[in-house]
Amino acid sequence: MQTYLTRRLLLMIPTVLVVSLVIFYMFRLLPGDVALNFLTDGGRLTLDREQYDALRAQLGLDRPLFAQYLNWLWDMVRLNGGTSLVTGEPVFNDIARKLPVTAELAALSLLISFAIAIPVGVIGAIKQDSVWDYLGRTFAISGLAMPNFLVGALVFLVLVKYFQWIPPLEFVSLTEDPLENLTQLIFPALVLGHSNSAALARMTRSAMLEVLRQDYVRTARAKGLPSRVVIGRHSLRNALLPILTVAGVQAGTLLAGAVIVEDIFVLPGIGSRMVDAIFGREWITVQTIVTLFAVMILTLNVVIDALYSWLDPRIRYET
Amino acid sequence: MGRATLNVLRTARAKPLGAVGAVVVLIAAVLAVFGPLIAPFDPLEPHYDNLFEEPGGTFLLGTDNFGRDQLSRLIVGARPVLFVAVVSVVVGSVIGAFLGLVSGFHGGWVDLGIQRIVDGLLSLPTLILALSIVSLLGPSDINVVIALAVVVVPIASRVVRSVTLSAKEEVYVEAARSLGASDSRIMFRHIAPNTLASLMVLVTNQIGWAIVVVAALSFLGVASPPPEPSWGRMLSEGVRQHANTAPWLTISSALFITFAVFGFAAMGDAARDLLDPRLRGADVRVSGP
Repeated sequence: MQTYLTRRLLLMIPTVLVVSLVIFYMFRLLPGDVALNFLTDGGRLTLDREQYDALRAQLGLDRPLFAQYLNWLWDMVRLNGGTSLVTGEPVFNDIARKLPVTAELAALSLLISFAIAIPVGVIGAIKQDSVWDYLGRTFAISGLAMPNFLVGALVFLVLVKYFQWIPPLEFVSLTEDPLENLTQLIFPALVLGHSNSAALARMTRSAMLEVLRQDYVRTARAKGLPSRVVIGRHSLRNALLPILTVAGVQAGTLLAGAVIVEDIFVLPGIGSRMVDAIFGREWITVQTIVTLFAVMILTLNVVIDALYSWLDPRIRYET
Repeated sequence: MGRATLNVLRTARAKPLGAVGAVVVLIAAVLAVFGPLIAPFDPLEPHYDNLFEEPGGTFLLGTDNFGRDQLSRLIVGARPVLFVAVVSVVVGSVIGAFLGLVSGFHGGWVDLGIQRIVDGLLSLPTLILALSIVSLLGPSDINVVIALAVVVVPIASRVVRSVTLSAKEEVYVEAARSLGASDSRIMFRHIAPNTLASLMVLVTNQIGWAIVVVAALSFLGVASPPPEPSWGRMLSEGVRQHANTAPWLTISSALFITFAVFGFAAMGDAARDLLDPRLRGADVRVSGP
């Protein structure tokens, strides 16, 4: 098990390297740079060529691309993530301030999506083709057809129009005032959780349908076990594997969703930071955040693989 | 009734949701092609006497802050979003299919190299990848097409690669080879046609997803600039600026986007069941970005 996990984690390294290379070169091959952004004011060039070159040299943009890449990579390894070309601050400081907001939002919405998806999926499977099943499936399709920025916009609209809600000017952290913090995060988390729960509920339903037909479930029923135990311990636990897989695949969707939902609800998370960085062409910040996202997603998938063998002891990783 | 009509009706009865989706897609296509002719008003023409007119009356879906007719703007706005979604998915799928075919057929180093890059691209959230590319290239429809195509390429290459891997072991490939067919002939004449079904399913499903991303990009303000109507920006302006004064602007834009996405998603589901039975029950991504 341990060797397997170590191997999986080591295998992440080449993938992360490829991601960072692709991201780095993509941003360098495309036209326009941050120095140009500094010097132009509304499309007019305000400084001359010499000043432009000096600025590029100062920002280290005149060195060979691969040297710039190695430099950035080294910054990443030293956990500082490079220096923002605009604020002059190490990117990781910036991220460390904003990551808790996004992490809390993601955790809360993951919790909400499981709280919605598991009951909806399980009831749909137990009472297949009943009214409840149809209601649940309609809900799941609505979640798939209504992208989260749309639901987010509608929720925002209702809050502003009918509840005289005003987006908070300042974010209150969990440690400062838990209740205030929760009221700021609950609506964005509900929006993200809803869109995330749709695919989970569909998977839960189809996985449960399959498990419920297994012989061991019939045996458990025949033994006279209460259906709570049959469904909870014997069926759901076995159905959880594919559900977790989908949850892992959706981790990326969740992070991308955080970008949009943070933007709508004015949350100072890593997602809205990235949108700002993109508009300001702060490449180093953008490429660091994107690489970080990739690392988080890959790590989460390794964690889910590890959870498999905990949930299903038949799965052992020996190689 | 002709046989073709009968076939269509039979399919529609077997897949009612898919049929509804197909009808929605058809309506969307008509709006995209004939939009400017159908729209009751000029989408750019301001009516200063009718600012923020409520829905109903002369302006069916109300007017915005310049008194422009919301319905006309939504109808005319169908073309850019559908055009960008369809073109980018088709372009991305063709390039991805080619890479997947080569990668799966040749194997070895070619495969390893291509698949590592595909891995890298797939481990990035799609919206974030598209967002970065568009913001770098600048806001225009063509750049959104490029960004989305880049996102579709790895997905299509994975799908086609897996089909290629199993197809190249088939007897008919061996037969073609023993007849002296060249590699490229086997690839394009014998294997490629077999990947078409999976590719078609992918394309329909991805178009629904692409509409979401196009709308999301213009919602975030990086797609085509005003004043041309665009669904995502209309939604964004509605909710950010006029949530209190004119909630109908948000609601009508949201409805148009939802219907279009739903149409392609439902049609994609049905296409998957009909064309690619192996994928039945699998969740092909159509949810948000």
